[in-house]
Amino acid sequence: MAEWINTLLQGVLLGGLYSLFATGLALSFGVMRMINIAHGDFAILAAFAAIAVVEPLGLSPWMTLLVIVPLMGGFGYVLQRLVLNRTLGHDILPPLLVTFGLSIMIQNLLLVSFSADTRSLNVGELGTASVLLGGDVAVGVLPLIIMAVAVGVLVGLQWLFSATSLGRAFRAASDDREAAQLMGINNRHIYGVAMALAMAIVAIAGIFLAIRANISPADGPARLLYAFEAVIIGGLGSLWGTLAGGVILGVAQSIGLKADPGWGILAGHLAFLAVLVVRPNGLFARTRDR
Amino acid sequence: MMNLPLPKIERNTRASQMGLLLAVLLLLAAVSAPWWAERSSQRLLTEFLYTLALAQMWNLLAGYGGLLSVGQQAYIGLGGYCLVVLGLQYGIHPFLIVPLAGLVTALVAIPTAAVLFRLRGAYFAVGTWVVAEVFRLLVANTASVGGGSGTSITKTVSGMPAWWRESTTLWMALALGAGATLAVYLLLRSRHGLALTAVRDSEPAAESLGISVPRMKWFVYLVSAAGCGMVGALIFITKLRIAPEAAFSMDWSATMFFVVIIGGIGTIEGPIIGTVVFFFLREYLSDFGSWYLIVLGAVAVAFMLWMPRGIWGFVASRFDLHFFPVQRRIRGLD
Repeated sequence: MAEWINTLLQGVLLGGLYSLFATGLALSFGVMRMINIAHGDFAILAAFAAIAVVEPLGLSPWMTLLVIVPLMGGFGYVLQRLVLNRTLGHDILPPLLVTFGLSIMIQNLLLVSFSADTRSLNVGELGTASVLLGGDVAVGVLPLIIMAVAVGVLVGLQWLFSATSLGRAFRAASDDREAAQLMGINNRHIYGVAMALAMAIVAIAGIFLAIRANISPADGPARLLYAFEAVIIGGLGSLWGTLAGGVILGVAQSIGLKADPGWGILAGHLAFLAVLVVRPNGLFARTRDR
Repeated sequence: MMNLPLPKIERNTRASQMGLLLAVLLLLAAVSAPWWAERSSQRLLTEFLYTLALAQMWNLLAGYGGLLSVGQQAYIGLGGYCLVVLGLQYGIHPFLIVPLAGLVTALVAIPTAAVLFRLRGAYFAVGTWVVAEVFRLLVANTASVGGGSGTSITKTVSGMPAWWRESTTLWMALALGAGATLAVYLLLRSRHGLALTAVRDSEPAAESLGISVPRMKWFVYLVSAAGCGMVGALIFITKLRIAPEAAFSMDWSATMFFVVIIGGIGTIEGPIIGTVVFFFLREYLSDFGSWYLIVLGAVAVAFMLWMPRGIWGFVASRFDLHFFPVQRRIRGLD
């Protein structure tokens, strides 16, 4: 019994990490109406960047967040302004294929610079520490921290969207591009800022991933798929839905993994397809896909 | 009263008549290749032809049907695994499996499409990718077809003379490559083709003209699945070894995108040009490993940004050249 409770708790907390991956994707879905196929690869890129600076700069893995996250955010803004904005329009093909091309380029650039070996960020004892909740039930400290950060990011975004003029501009640009522009909103800049935010959040996700597990240059696409599944399970347009989606995915994977080591990821995919059959708009959809 | 000359409606162009002649000559050359070509160039030709077939299938799906799929490797892999199940386990002749694989993948595509069509646009695209991953993981978890490490399928072709095997493979690749091109061409010239291009240009407008958009999408999706399944079976007859990682690899989709985008999406000539460019680049750059793939990615991004209609789209609009004319033009009005 305790074993299953542990599995369940692990799954729930894994959902925190998935939610971090999904939030950035949901943001670019929501504001730009584009899917960034290279989303997972940017996370892995950020993680490798952290691994690269951790030793030469003598930083602790946590401190790399302060360096890499703003860097990735800036990179996101520039990428959106210079490249991705040019692909936006009524046709969904250009953004999809441009980001797909970027995905292949990032994976292979990482392969050239870091080889195919797996790497990780070592945080010492904290990485394996756990809190006993009574009986044989325990949760890891690191997954708890990640979950807390994921919730924190969502609270921050919630506030941003509902209480700031930037959030209002995001919503306006998302609802109606042309009308937003007529009201004096500079869509290109707004999209740049949204991508900067998405990229900063996915950088956090990537660095946490490298702290939690081993990563290799080809890991990006799998991360994109989990993020996508969390967004769709949660329902488009729902910020907190991505957390729910992440948790459902995490629990499905943990249970699958417990049943058979080969079935973990598959169980997550099947949970996604099941939701798609039962609730095509996701569990907490607030907007409809147009 | 003025005597106005009657306008003429043209479907063929001079280029298309020359193109037809050229195509017949090329076909003859390809069919007879086993008698005059070296073995290595024969293999290259086989690969060229099945890549063309894949590109045409993706072009039909994305360029005409408006269904952006990044998961056609699901059907390529499934087609390949038909060799394992039907060939190794039921002893069916491998070349007979190729058409059977098309049937199997089309059947599998029916429930798959029913789920995937709940997603639209870009979401559909990523959904197809998830499906391909599901297929890969299901196969990797099935020990009877070799599990994650795959299996050799040499047994299915043992006892067949090498010349005969390689020649038949070439002819089947030719049938698939030329067949896919011809099928798309004939489809687009038919009534359904008109409906399909209307759907591509505007779904609501097509619907208002009485075209059933969902039906067109189903049709295109199933045809493309069957085509990819047949090609998949043929590919693994040439490779003689199959593993889930290779069979359901994202690289198949990457190749299809590259070829179609470079050549010109939504044109029949595009995939042909794109396949030529792709093989040309591979011939000269593939020794550079990862850098080759980085260059391919960069080229695709550059095309998407600056020449989104591809090489053929550019040539066709600049010189009004159509080897496979699918539109009707009115001449004699001016």
